[in-house]
Amino acid sequence: MSITLKNITKSYKKVTAVDDISFEVKPGELFGLIGPDGAGKTTLFRILTTLLFADKGEATVAGYDVVKDYKEIRKSVGYMPGRFSLYQDLTVEENLEFFATIFGTTIEENYDLIKDIYVQIEPFKKRRAGKLSGGMKQKLALSCALIHKPKVLFLDEPTTGVDPVSRKEFWDMLKRLNDKGITTLVSTPYMDEAALCDRIALIQEGKILKIDSPSNIIDQHEKQIYNVEAKDMYQLIQNLKEFPENESVYAFGEFVHYTHSNENFHPEKLEKFLSERDHKNISIKPTSPSIEDVFMDLARKKDVKPTENEA
Amino acid sequence: MKRFIGFVKKEFYHIFRDKRSMFILFGMPIAQILLFGFAITNEINNVELGILDKSKDHETLKIINKINASEYFTIENVVENENEIEAVFKKGEVKAFLVFEEGFAENLHALHKGKIQVITDATEPNTANTIVNYVQSIIQHYQQELNSTSDMGVQIDIQTRMFFNTELKSVFNFLPGVMTVILMLVSAMMTSISITREKELGTMEILLVSPLKPVQVVVGKVFPYIFLSIINALVILILGVTVFGMPIEGSLILLAFETVLFIITALSLGILISTIAETQQAAMMISLMGLMLPVILLSEFIFPISSMPDLLQYISHFIPAKWFIIILKGIMLKGVGLIYLWKETVILIVMAVFLIALSIKKYKIRLE
Repeated sequence: MSITLKNITKSYKKVTAVDDISFEVKPGELFGLIGPDGAGKTTLFRILTTLLFADKGEATVAGYDVVKDYKEIRKSVGYMPGRFSLYQDLTVEENLEFFATIFGTTIEENYDLIKDIYVQIEPFKKRRAGKLSGGMKQKLALSCALIHKPKVLFLDEPTTGVDPVSRKEFWDMLKRLNDKGITTLVSTPYMDEAALCDRIALIQEGKILKIDSPSNIIDQHEKQIYNVEAKDMYQLIQNLKEFPENESVYAFGEFVHYTHSNENFHPEKLEKFLSERDHKNISIKPTSPSIEDVFMDLARKKDVKPTENEA
Repeated sequence: MKRFIGFVKKEFYHIFRDKRSMFILFGMPIAQILLFGFAITNEINNVELGILDKSKDHETLKIINKINASEYFTIENVVENENEIEAVFKKGEVKAFLVFEEGFAENLHALHKGKIQVITDATEPNTANTIVNYVQSIIQHYQQELNSTSDMGVQIDIQTRMFFNTELKSVFNFLPGVMTVILMLVSAMMTSISITREKELGTMEILLVSPLKPVQVVVGKVFPYIFLSIINALVILILGVTVFGMPIEGSLILLAFETVLFIITALSLGILISTIAETQQAAMMISLMGLMLPVILLSEFIFPISSMPDLLQYISHFIPAKWFIIILKGIMLKGVGLIYLWKETVILIVMAVFLIALSIKKYKIRLE
């Protein structure tokens, strides 16, 4: 296994950032940690990159223990923190050269690994890193994290704050790197990126909701989801929440995703309910779930659970 | 070694590309030296005096007692021979000597005229001047007392002589001070800022997750500043000698050695600050408040330590700058060697070793 975590727990004062998390990442896998801000993704990354001690549990990276063998791990992983962490006053080329040198290698030696990415920023190699656009900064940061041919690559929210086109490009690059056999652990708050991973862990408030391949996660989801559309979106959401026996209502792009709490759902009834409330151009169609739907469903169930336990 | 060179190269890029660093490094020293031309008068308190009494009669005894009884002076050393005076000065045991001529009392009664010489250590010209004024007023007072009880009409003649800095140039006093302050500023503040900058910008996170050892990071950070501080010290010395005619009486090699020693002490203070401070601003505040103020106030740069309350005098022993100023003045003005300065040198070495050990121990290899 490239990465293993066993009952990892970490608290900051009163907040439990990571709560009893265990999972494994196989060699060569592109593994995604999917969850909103504050879910504990960064804390998990820092524990695995030997920057933080876990309160409880054990973890290994590339076969090394994160506490005992931290020096070995630091030699063999590539890490790209969530915040842009290169030297802004150094040029693109100088940054890359610096990271190659401190890892005891040269740009030439591992050029084939970063070539795909680096050619895109090479025209700007004399430009200072601070003056690059968001997408180019991320490409440079990835090049720097890769320059020593790491066994495991850690990318903490690499696409946050990057435009959609650059995001797409970035994921294409990750896929190609993955084909070269580099184990990658990547985190993202964007659910649409989850589908691009081999396996994902849905994480919220320090707990893992589900681990599986994106397609399995979607296939196993039994709840029928309906796309509801009407002219006045805001009013539509309000009214849907008033509809008897509704289970969940949330905006999803240009639609509202609706699920019913039992099997007796009749779209005609809902349409009538809505037109009585002055909605125009109503459309209700069943749709297949996305990762986001699954996440919303799991997150909601987790929130509901404590009350069930109390009862 | 390649890693280390790569790291140092990166540090030089940071320094040369930051206008603020460049100004603090090179603009400030020159501006400070050229601007620091003011004289400061101060009061004195319990200044150590030496006595050479060639007459040893009742009159000289009375004068010595009178001076000793005043709050301004304490008699620290009594010598028998004129040749010993310079050696006592070089050790820094006293600030001034009173020399009574042979047959002082006889001359006073027979010729109505006595001679006293005041020799001061003028490496601190302000203090020297004040000492002379105070001694003069005490002796004049004694002369009036004599004349009021008898009608002899005696006159005590006071000659003054300066040692080491005969022209009483205050620039000779402030230059070692300015040099100390600037080296402290550049070394301690700039290193602490440059290390905390890595923390603040998040690059420390990447440096930690790399094969670089803590020692390599710290030494790599510090190395450029050793180099730049030496250049700075050279600029200050050259300005001092060429613009102000400052003498360098002693050995240049010793001067260079002591300067590097002080730079290393200051740098290790900077590293220590960076292990405590999380942001550049915090590092700057700690450096300014925690280092600059004590260096300026408690190092004898501006105010004489001997006139301070006991507590401050005690604290001043822990200020590396105080010892370095003594060393600088010793080498430059008095031309003394290691034989006279070994104590100060050992103190600086002990401080440097202690600070380096402490900061390496406190250097965090993780984020918490």
